[in-house]
Amino acid sequence: MRITRLNTDIIEIEQEKADLLSIDPLIEKYRNKKGNMIPILQGIQEIFGYIPRDAFDKVSDETGLELSDMYGVATFYSQFRLNPVGKHIIKVCHGTACHVQNANALTDALQDALKINDGETTEDGLFTLESVACLGCCSLAPVMMIGEETYGKLTGDKAKKIIRDIKRQEAN
Amino acid sequence: MSQVSGFRFQVANPKPETQNPKLKTQNPKHKKMEKIKVIVGLGSCGIAAGAKKVFDKIKHIQETENLEFELKKTSCIGMCYREPLVEVIDETGSFMYGEIDEDKVVEIVEKHLKENKPIKDYVVKADTFKTIDNTFIDDQVKITLRNCGYIDPENIEEYEARDGYRAIKKIAGQNVSRLDVIQTIINSGLRGRGGGGFPTGLKWKFANNNKAEDKYIICNADEGDPGAFMDRSVLEGDPHSVIEGMIIGAYAIEATGGVIYCRAEYPLAIKRLEIAIVQARKNGYLGKNILGIHGFNFDLYIKEGAGAFVCGEETALIASVEGERGMPRKRPPFPAASGLWKQPTNINNVETLANIPWIIINSANAYAKYGTEKSKGTKVFALVGKIKRSGLAEVPMGMTIRDVIFKIGGGIQNDKKFKAVQMGGPSGGCIPEHLLDTIVDYDSVNATGAIMGSGGMVVMDEDTCMIDVAKFFLDFTQKESCGKCTFCRVGTKRMLEILTRITEGEGEDGDIEKLEELAYQIKDSSLCGLGQTAPNPVLTTIKYFRHEYEAHIYDKKCPAKVCKKLLTYEVDPEKCTGCTVCAINCPTKAIDGSRKEVHFIRQDDCIQCGSCFTKCKFDAIKVY
Repeated sequence: MRITRLNTDIIEIEQEKADLLSIDPLIEKYRNKKGNMIPILQGIQEIFGYIPRDAFDKVSDETGLELSDMYGVATFYSQFRLNPVGKHIIKVCHGTACHVQNANALTDALQDALKINDGETTEDGLFTLESVACLGCCSLAPVMMIGEETYGKLTGDKAKKIIRDIKRQEAN
Repeated sequence: MSQVSGFRFQVANPKPETQNPKLKTQNPKHKKMEKIKVIVGLGSCGIAAGAKKVFDKIKHIQETENLEFELKKTSCIGMCYREPLVEVIDETGSFMYGEIDEDKVVEIVEKHLKENKPIKDYVVKADTFKTIDNTFIDDQVKITLRNCGYIDPENIEEYEARDGYRAIKKIAGQNVSRLDVIQTIINSGLRGRGGGGFPTGLKWKFANNNKAEDKYIICNADEGDPGAFMDRSVLEGDPHSVIEGMIIGAYAIEATGGVIYCRAEYPLAIKRLEIAIVQARKNGYLGKNILGIHGFNFDLYIKEGAGAFVCGEETALIASVEGERGMPRKRPPFPAASGLWKQPTNINNVETLANIPWIIINSANAYAKYGTEKSKGTKVFALVGKIKRSGLAEVPMGMTIRDVIFKIGGGIQNDKKFKAVQMGGPSGGCIPEHLLDTIVDYDSVNATGAIMGSGGMVVMDEDTCMIDVAKFFLDFTQKESCGKCTFCRVGTKRMLEILTRITEGEGEDGDIEKLEELAYQIKDSSLCGLGQTAPNPVLTTIKYFRHEYEAHIYDKKCPAKVCKKLLTYEVDPEKCTGCTVCAINCPTKAIDGSRKEVHFIRQDDCIQCGSCFTKCKFDAIKVY
C-alpha cells in the first residue's frame, strides 16, 4: 500500500478543462469487456498524462464501473497519477543495482537543480521528478529515463547537464 | 546471421542458415563488401548506451557512400558492459566490436569494411583469436538465450531459420500426445525460473487434469525484482521463443486463451511482442486448428501491468488481469483448478517458457544433461552492482557462485574487496565471502538463507553498508506490500523504522533481537510469497554481518562509511589549500577559515551532509 500516494489533494491549477470527448473511443473499445478497468485507466492516462477527476465520473456514468473501485485501482498501482505532470517526466531508477551505485546522489542532484522534491513538478510545468523501481538497465547503473530516452552511468553533474540541455532546447 | 556467426558460445544444436541473396555490386572498388554483414545490438541497454546513434551513423555512411554491405539489427547478447556492440561478419569470421561510438564506427568502416583490416584494439570477441573477454563467454551454455543477439527479433523468418516453431511443428507432424509433451517436460527436470522453482511439467499436469471448456495459460513477464533483467532481454531479443513455449503449453493443458502479463516499464519488449504475435498469427501458429491439429484453437494477447511488485505472485497477477487491485487470494483453490475467470489456469515465467521449444526439439535428456541432481539445465543470471563485467550470463546449474562472479563476471570493480552478493531480490538474501563456493542450484542457494529467485546477482564491495542494503529492500517491500495481511503491512513498517533508527545512530540494545522476532512473525503470518520472504534480506545480513549491526548500534559507526548520520568529517590540514569552496557550500556554515588558510569543521554544527567532501577538489576532507 503506497500510503504516500493516497494524497488526494487535486491540485487546482488554472488549466483548460480536460477535453473528455477524447476518451469516447476508449470507452467504446472496452465497454462491457471483462477486466476492462485497468486498460481504460491506462488509456486515459496516456491521453492526459494523468487521470482527471471528471474522467472518473464519465467512465463511471457510461460503463457502470464503481467510482470507489476505480479509485482503489488507481491508487494501488504505481503507474497511475491523479495530478497533472510536467512535460518531461524524469524517472530516476532506484533498483538495487542503481542503489548500490548511489542513485540517491542522482535524486539529490536533480532536486537541487530543479528546486523541487521527489514526486513534484516544477513551477514552469517542464519537469516532474519521480523515483521508480528497476528500469531493467542494471548494467548501466545508475540510470534515469526522460520520456523514452534512457541515460546510463550517470553522476549528479551529468544528470544536471542533461537537464540544462533540455531546458535550452525548450527555450529555443 | 550466417554460419560464421560470431560468438562461439556453446549454442546447443546450431543450424546453418541460408545465405541471403547477394546484392548486385554497384561500386566495383568495394566489390567484396557485399558479403559483409554489420549487425548492431539494439536492446534497451544498448540503446541507452548509444547503439541507436551508432546504427544511424552506419546507415548514413552506407547510404551516402553507396556501400553494399548488409546492415542488420539484433538484440542484447549479454555483454552489457561492452555496449554499444557492433558485429562485423566477413569471409574470415565474426568480429564483435565493443564500446563503439559514432567516431569509432567511421574507423571500422574505413579500415575493416573497405580495406579488410579488422581493428583488433576494439574487438572484444572474434572467431579467429582470443580476447580478454573470452573468460566471460567460454563457460556459458546458451539455451534460454540461444537466439538473443543472433537474430533480428522483429523478423519471424530469422527465428524460424534457427529451429523456430520446429518444436510445435514436430508435435503436430508426429502426433505427439498431450501427455507425452508433459512427460517430456517432467523428464527434463525443468523448474520454474521465476523464483519458486516448482517443476514445470507437474504444473502442466495439474492444469491438464482439470477439465473445463475454457482454460488459460499466462506468461508472467512482470519482472519486478530490482536488479534482474533477463526476462526483458529474452522478450526483446527472442519474443517468438516465449510465444512458441506458450503455444506448446497451451497444447499440453488444452488452453484456449493466453495472456502475456508484461511490465509497462518495458516498452520495447511490448512492442516486439506485439510484432511477434501478429507474425505468428499470419504464419498460422496462432488461431484455429493450429498446424492442422484438429480442435487446437489458441490465441493470446498482451496485458500491460500497471506497476505493482506483488503482481508477480500468481493469484495477485490473476486479480490484476481481471482488472482489480493486485491482491493475492487464498490458496487452495490453486490457479490450476480455479484461476483466471475461475477457470483452470497455468502460469509460467518468461525464462521457463523460452526453454520449452528447445527441450521438445532436443529431448529431455539433452536438457537434463546439464545441472545438478535436483536442478537441471541452465540458469540466466543478471550480473550487476560492483562487478567488472555486468551483463547476462547463462550457466549450467552447479557452477559455483565464485566462478560466476570472478571468472565470468571478472571480479570486483576497481579491484576492491568483495563483501557480499545479493541473490533473489527483495525476497532473497546476502551471501558472504565464505560461502562463495556454494553452487548455483535451488536447494544449495536456499540453504544459505538467500533464494535463487529470478536470477539477479547484485555484487557488493567493501563500500557497501549491509544495514543500508537491508533497509533498501525493506523500504521496497514495505511500499509494495498490498496491505492485506496485518503482519506484512505493519510488520515490515516497524522493521523499517528500527533499521532507519540504526542507520541514523539511534540504535538501541535489543534492536537486533526485535528485528529477528518481527521477521519470523511476518514470515509465519503472511498469505503470499511477498510477506513470507520480505524479512530475508534482514535475516541474512544479521546472520552473516552481525558485527556491522553492532558497530552501528553500539559504536555508532558505519564501517562502510555509507550511513551519513554516523560519519565524522574533518579537514586534513596537510591537504587543505584554503580555497574556501567547502565553507561556501556548507549549508549550516559549520566550516571556519579564511582564504589560503587551513579550514576547520565545527562538529556541533555539522549535519553530516557530505557536501564539503563532494566539493573538495584536493581530497582534503577526511571521513571516518
